[in-house]
Amino acid sequence: MTVAVVGVAESDLGHTGASVLALQVQAVTRALADAGLALRDVDGLATNGVGRFPTTALADYLGLTPTWVESSFVGGSAFELYLARAEQAIGAGQAEVVVISFASDQRSSRSRRLGGTVDEALPEAQFEAPYAPLYPISYYAMAAQAYLHRYGASREDLAAVAVEARRWALLNPAAFRHDAGPLTVADVLAAPPVSTPLTALDCCLVTDGGGAVVVTSLERARDLRRPPVAVLGCAEATSHTTMASCDDLLDTGAQRSGATAFARAGVQPGDVDLAMLYDSFTITPVLSLEALGLCAPGEAAGFVAAGHTGPGGTLPMNTNGGGLSYCHPGQYGVLLLVEAVRQLRGECGRRQVPGAEVAVAHGTGGILSHCATVVLGADR
Amino acid sequence: MNPPPGDALAAPWWDATRERRLLVQTCGACGHRQHHPRLLCTNCGGTDALGWTPCAGTGTVDSFTVVHRSPEPERQVPYVVARVRLTEGPILLTNLVGIEVDDSILGAGVVLAWSPLPDGRNLPVFTLATEA
Repeated sequence: MTVAVVGVAESDLGHTGASVLALQVQAVTRALADAGLALRDVDGLATNGVGRFPTTALADYLGLTPTWVESSFVGGSAFELYLARAEQAIGAGQAEVVVISFASDQRSSRSRRLGGTVDEALPEAQFEAPYAPLYPISYYAMAAQAYLHRYGASREDLAAVAVEARRWALLNPAAFRHDAGPLTVADVLAAPPVSTPLTALDCCLVTDGGGAVVVTSLERARDLRRPPVAVLGCAEATSHTTMASCDDLLDTGAQRSGATAFARAGVQPGDVDLAMLYDSFTITPVLSLEALGLCAPGEAAGFVAAGHTGPGGTLPMNTNGGGLSYCHPGQYGVLLLVEAVRQLRGECGRRQVPGAEVAVAHGTGGILSHCATVVLGADR
Repeated sequence: MNPPPGDALAAPWWDATRERRLLVQTCGACGHRQHHPRLLCTNCGGTDALGWTPCAGTGTVDSFTVVHRSPEPERQVPYVVARVRLTEGPILLTNLVGIEVDDSILGAGVVLAWSPLPDGRNLPVFTLATEA
């Protein structure tokens, strides 16, 4: 069964002073309003980050008694995974209307730690934490170092990922850096180093924020108020969780998740009009562009630096400004879906990609630990 | 720095560090070597033939990063975090010590050094191998 996204919304973003539940309520109620549906229509719920029992906690708070819930915790790619699970659940008749949501107050609550949170029961506590890697930054930094070394790519081209994200953010009034002015490669290189080669401007924002998407069957979607956005194909790949387990830093699960998702969708990478690729760090979407087959190996950073992914480019990427310049509430994947759907509906104003019909949303969780790819299409 | 916690599985590995010996876990059934140690072999799934192999203490830098923001108050920056591929095969997360860092160290040969912990154990770290 083909399912469709029928409603999307952001919560308030940035430095909100609001609680996780307050932001969740904003996201869910706004997405349902966008869909023209009511809370009582919802029988499936996928979320995390709401206490120890995320779905029961949020269902209780919203007054829902869903017949299907999902809260796999794989990092910021969870929401692309939830969409795949929702597709399966709706197809199997386990739920009719699924809400996928997330919110975080991490900026207001100052809850982010440079070293991450190490679970004493896991091997990392004994074998990795003593070396004090920044989590997750140092892993992406080592991947970036390996990328620059293997392909002879230029550090300046890597910095261009942040520059292009800012160009999009200047067109998006909701972006945290909307009014910050343009960014240059020199700005990125001159920013304080965090974990080399990455500087502070190679790293995503730390903001509050959240979002929600509403999913139902494509058949039902065609009777609702918004143009449906069809879920054409989904796939995921889990690879590792410690910093030493993965044999090749540059061999991410995105190759597997991307190839499978495109095959299920019956879409070629060359058909993609919009790429929403998780940009936790400048290196992240570079690796994804190549793994998804949107660029040849070693060429993605140069491709971005040439302006091809920016406004007016041949492959617009992260048109909301991305995690680098728009919003990064710890798990940003739900906002990839929100922007992809809005672009496919044609409602993005100054940053609209003309005639966008096929989008790929690709989440990357943990330390390149979990990848999930979703191919979306306008229902025209 | 606080010593990392040990557990029963890893006790032989940590005990060896008191004598400045680095071990990797080895499966006697299939020959697979793995780090960190586990209760099963990730290659053959076996649980009965896991043992330990002493390491030569040599390897190469798989990748590295220089950390400039300290995650803990007592740790001085900058310091180097690296993935070192041991000659025996497995990759360790570690620190590189006593070196001048530039991009050319990626792929360079390294040798084992030891960083003492307060309780008598030692933490395996690495430094650049000098040309013979």
